[in-house]
This record gives sequence, structure tokens and C-alpha cells, in this order.
Amino acid sequence: MEPLNALVVLANFVLIPATAYGAQLALGALGVTLIYGILRFSNFAHGDTMAFGTMAVILATWGLQSLGVGFGVLPTALLALPVGIAVAAALTLGTDRLVYRFYRGRRAAPVIFVIASLGVMFVYNGLTRFVIGTDDQRFEDGERFIITAREFREMTGLAEGLALRTTQVITIVVAVIVVTALFWFLNRTRTGKSMRAYSDNEDLALLSGIDPERVVVITWLIVAALATVAGTLYGLDKSFKPFTYFQLLLPIFAAAIVGGLGSPLGAIAGGFVIAFAEVTITYPLKRVLGYLMPESLEPDGLVQLLSTDYKFAVSFAILLIVLLFRPTGLFAGKAV
Amino acid sequence: MNRNVLLFAFVALLFLGTGFVQSWNVALTILNMAMVSAIMALGVNMQWGYAGLFNVGVMGFVALGGLGAVLVGMPPVNEAWAAGGLRVVGGLLIGAATIAAAVMAWDRMRRFRGLAVAALLLIGFFAFRAVFDGGVQMVEAVNPASTGYLGGLGLPIIIGWPVGGLLAAGAAWFIGKTALGLRSDYLAIATLGIAEIVIAVLKNEDWLARGVKNVIGLPRPVPYEVDLQNSAGFREFAAELGTDPVTASTIAVKLAYLGLFGVVLGLLLWLAQAALASPWGRMMRAIRDNEVAAEAMGKDVTARHLQIFILGSAVCGLAGAMMTTLDGQLTPGTYQPLRYTFLIWVMVIVGGSGNNWGAVLGGFLIWWLWVQVEPLGALLMDTITAGMADGTWLKGHLQDAAAHMRLLTMGLVLLLVLRFSPRGLIPEK
Repeated sequence: MEPLNALVVLANFVLIPATAYGAQLALGALGVTLIYGILRFSNFAHGDTMAFGTMAVILATWGLQSLGVGFGVLPTALLALPVGIAVAAALTLGTDRLVYRFYRGRRAAPVIFVIASLGVMFVYNGLTRFVIGTDDQRFEDGERFIITAREFREMTGLAEGLALRTTQVITIVVAVIVVTALFWFLNRTRTGKSMRAYSDNEDLALLSGIDPERVVVITWLIVAALATVAGTLYGLDKSFKPFTYFQLLLPIFAAAIVGGLGSPLGAIAGGFVIAFAEVTITYPLKRVLGYLMPESLEPDGLVQLLSTDYKFAVSFAILLIVLLFRPTGLFAGKAV
Repeated sequence: MNRNVLLFAFVALLFLGTGFVQSWNVALTILNMAMVSAIMALGVNMQWGYAGLFNVGVMGFVALGGLGAVLVGMPPVNEAWAAGGLRVVGGLLIGAATIAAAVMAWDRMRRFRGLAVAALLLIGFFAFRAVFDGGVQMVEAVNPASTGYLGGLGLPIIIGWPVGGLLAAGAAWFIGKTALGLRSDYLAIATLGIAEIVIAVLKNEDWLARGVKNVIGLPRPVPYEVDLQNSAGFREFAAELGTDPVTASTIAVKLAYLGLFGVVLGLLLWLAQAALASPWGRMMRAIRDNEVAAEAMGKDVTARHLQIFILGSAVCGLAGAMMTTLDGQLTPGTYQPLRYTFLIWVMVIVGGSGNNWGAVLGGFLIWWLWVQVEPLGALLMDTITAGMADGTWLKGHLQDAAAHMRLLTMGLVLLLVLRFSPRGLIPEK
């Protein structure tokens, strides 16, 4: 039973949370990588786009709740997602009209877009604070657990429990659906193919009659949807606080770069690499090792490689290793 | 030239207006911080304006500068050194030796070097933790309410300013070595990361600078207000001016800081202008404008980039040390990227990237705006909500939201300047 117990502890504290977190990062990194591939700049406002979309979802959720509408055992926020996506899409499209399109017309250097995205980041951040403030907001409802730790222990007779939160399962299911839909869209539809063509070679795509503005509009729509879904899932799983979303920028960018900027498959891989590394390195492995090792060898300390406050250091270290040894990322993205 | 003088006169008018309308204490407080901001903007302008390097880790370099001030200015805590100081230092040395050995092994070995380096790092890491953790516990156990850290060198705090610059330069060397020469976005992400890590280290390593318990009561390079108020000569002087000694002393202290900062800012501005006009400055601009051509002319682009990146970061570190000295405390919990990184960027872009005078002007103008937007925002909200009934939800919400006007205003200012006057208020010649 000992190895089984070890596996349960590992699953409960490392594997399941890291999978959920990895899915959230992957969705965020997909948005960053799409903008990089098609609009050709690193969007610093992405974290705040996520925060803004999630805020719209929260407001819609509160509206639905006050009307007495619920989603049974599932969180009401899932019903409110389309509203949030629509609001975020209106915001990104409006921003593109007012800010980015001007620089696109002048074929400005990528770094000018990045600086413009800093300004956009300030504005989104201000808007989000303006509407909902800086405090923590919890908007999770419905059933909290699919299996609680106690039920699991009673079911299996193991010493360790395995808790499976509804939000974790929802995160993974929604992420799988969204990613499947995105890849189907990019690989199978005419519009998706034109987007990939535009990303691969802009001039050739223009010559073959692809309308660049249409590609850009669709990109922003997809990015708004991805950001809102990622933000809402993160908010359901943990909690919503605007500043945390700003800080997510670092692991998201690390994920996108580790996977290879511009490569959607890489963004997903990168998200999971970062999430698993972060959770494993900052979790005290004592209990897992305690089950696996003979008693004489049991570790004295917590076997926590780094304290949780240094989780940014983990994304950063992985980022540095990739930059040093494989600057194009795991899935050879664009190296400009 | 006339336009530039007018712009500076306008900014001076803003500060004078603050003095007359609010109070001279407020005006001088804003002005002192504006001097520090102008120095930070100078540093960022060196990197971005001269060389086109995109550094979004200003906050980290500023905080390292603050650490430099603490490590030099505060008195050493002898009991902590006796308890576990050597063990902490020993642990750090083991860590440094491990990394050096790993780098050497990577360079020298041919076969199995991946395995060898991984094994070296793993063993070194556990050895480091074994020695270091014990030392840290002993140090932090020494009177944790007031010290619990190793303290500093007990030297005059002004020496801490260049030391802060050196600390920032060291971090910049490390980042520059890895991320320069790659795509420009990579430097941005790497600097964003190092800034977060510097803050995380300052918050969590209590043995170093007390973490979130903050180091307070840093020694000052200028006299204390109380001492001035107690000196008979100063009281007479205040009486001659016709003010009460308390106000006079607070203003005198601020003026003393202003003088110190003015000397540093003037010196840096002179050096930066001389550098920009020298052949070195011409080379930098040539590299910025056309890297390929500069490389063909035999310039080592990556090495020059590393050089300017380190210099600019050192200036930010110096400013950080000055700021910590002015505050008299190091509070890692208050470092926010929007305030310490992106606001400096707004200053540089608005002032005029590539122009030192522009960066300084941007520093003064944007810092004044940053401070004053809040009362102005509250005033605006009061006007908007004046017609609404008291106690309604919307009125309360709008009045609370006035505090968040700052970010919105800064973002709009940045976007408007970037769009309609992309070269800034004082463009590069």
C-alpha cells in the first residue's frame, strides 16, 4: 500500500493542481503566442485583458445569481462566460482600432507595439480597478468537491485522501474543449488556414488575396475568448484579484517562450512544463518520500526545494535555461 | 531651444504653484522624489534612447540599490554575526562555488557533461541548503523584533549610493549575458522576471534586510529636524525669517536633500551629455539605428549593448539607493512594477527618448502628475457626483474609484504621446 499512498499524496498535492494550473497557463500562453504570430509583438496587456474579461464574467455571474439563475452543480460563471467573452472582444477590438491599427498602417517596429501595449496595460488595469476595485473576489458556486478527501479514504481504505475539486475538473475539461476547437479552427477551416498563412509569410499571404484586417479582427476575437476563459478558470480555481493577473504575465510569457513563441502547440507544452516545475519544486515532498523510502532513509526536513514565495524564480530559471540552450523554444517558434 | 526653456519653465511653474496653493513642504516632497525619478529616467533613457534596449525590470534594479544603502548605512548586528553570520556567508560561498564549478564543467568536459553538471548542481544545492539554512535560522533568531538580520557596515550612507549602483550593475551583467544578443522581447521578459525575483528575495530573506518586517530608521546624510529645532542658532534663524522653527526645520531638511540630489543629478546629466556627444555616443546611436551596418564596420554590437545595459541599470540602482535614503526605510512590500518600472517608462517616452534633458523633464512632469492626479481626480469626481443624492451606490462607487484615476491617466498620457508626438516633448537632435 505504501507506493499507492505515495501516489495519492503526489496526485492530491502536485499532479492534479499542476494539471489545472498548467491548463490555465496554456490557455493564457496560447493568446500571447497567437498575437505574437499574427500581430508580431509581445502583448504586455495580456494579463490585464484576462483580468478585464474575468471581471465582466464576475459581474454577469452576480447578475445571474441575483435573478436566481444557477447552473445546478456547476458554477454559474460558466453560463456567464459568453457575456465576458463578448465584453473582452469589444475591448480588444476597440483597442486595436484606436491604438494598434495606426502603427500597423505605418509598419512600425515591433518594440513600438510593445510600448503601446504598456500604455494599454495601464488603461486596462485602471479600468478594472475602477469598476471592481483591487480586492479579492470569490464567485465560485455550485458543488465544491467531486470527491472529498474523507470520501476517498472511506472508499479505498487508503491512509491518504484524494480531494478532487469541481473547479479543477472543469478547468481541464473546458481547456480540452477550447484547445480542440482552436486547433480544428486553425487547421481545418479556410479562415484558420489564412491565419496560419499570414503568420508564416505576411507578403505571400497578402499576394494570395488574404484580407489582413480580417485576419487581425479574428485574431483579437480568439485572443479575447482565450484570455477570458483562462482568467475565469484561474479565478474559479483560486480567486480573482487584479494584481495576481498582472503577475501571471511572467509564467505565461515563460510558457510561450519555452514552447516557442508563435507555436500554439508549444504554448500548451510550455504551460504544462512551467506549471509542473513550479508546483513540484515548491511543494514539500517529505510525505511522498516518506512512503517510498525505507524508514532509516526517511528525510528529516520537508524536502521543499524552494519556498512557495519563489515560484516566479522557477518560471524564470526555466526561461533562462531555454534562452541559453535553445532560444527558439521546444517547438522551434519564430526566431526574429 | 526656446521651446525647451519654456517647457522647463512650465514644470517649474507647476511646482511653484503647488508651493503657493498647497504648501512648500508638499512641493519640496514632490520635488525631491521627482529628482530621484529623473535619475531613474536618465538610466532608462541610456538603455532605450541610446541603444534601443527594452528593460522592464527597473523595479528590481531600484530595489537592489535600496539594499545597497541598507547594507552600507545600517550598523552591523554583532550578535547575529556571532550566532550564524559566518555560516550564512559560508553557505553563500558554497552556492557560488557550485555554480562556478558547473559552468566550468560545462565548458571543459566533452562527454556526459549534461549528467555531470546536473549531478554537481544537485549535490551543491543540498550542501548549500544544509549549511545555509542553519545559519539563517540562527541569525533570524537574534532579537527578531528589532534586528534578526546581519545589519550593514555602519559606514556613511552616501557610500551606499554607488554601492547600490554596483549591486544593480551586477544583476544587469547576469541578465545581459543571457538575454542580450537574442531577440529584443527576450530581454524584456528576462528583466521582468529578475525584477520579480529581486523583490521576492528581499521579501523572504529576513537575514539580509529583515524581509517584510522592513528596515527602518536608516541613518541620514542630513541633520534631523529635532536637532535643528533644539539648536538655538537655528531657532533664531527661523525667527528672523518669521516662521516657526518646526516648519522651518522640515523645509531645511528637504532643501538639504534637494541640494544633495541636485549635485548627483547635475553630475550625471553632465556625464550623460558628454558621453552622448563623444565618439562612443555616436557609435551607440549608429548601432541602434542600424545594427547590421554597425557590425559590418567592426563594432561588437552585443558587447556594446551589455556595456550600456549595465551602465543604465547602475544609474537606476543609484537612484534606488537615494530613494531609500530619502525614505529612511527599505520596505520591499511597497515595490510595484506599475510604479517603479512602467511609470519610469512613461517618463522617458513622454520626455523624449534619446534626449537626456527630455528624460529629466519627463521625470519631473510625470512624477508631479502622478502625485497630483489623485487630488485632481477626487475633485473631478466630486464635481461629477455633486448633483447626485448622497448615499446612492453610484456616488459612493465613483468617489472611491477616484483613487484609481492614476493608472488610467498614465496609460492615456503614454498612448497619446506615443501616437501624436512619438519623439516626446524634447525630441532627440
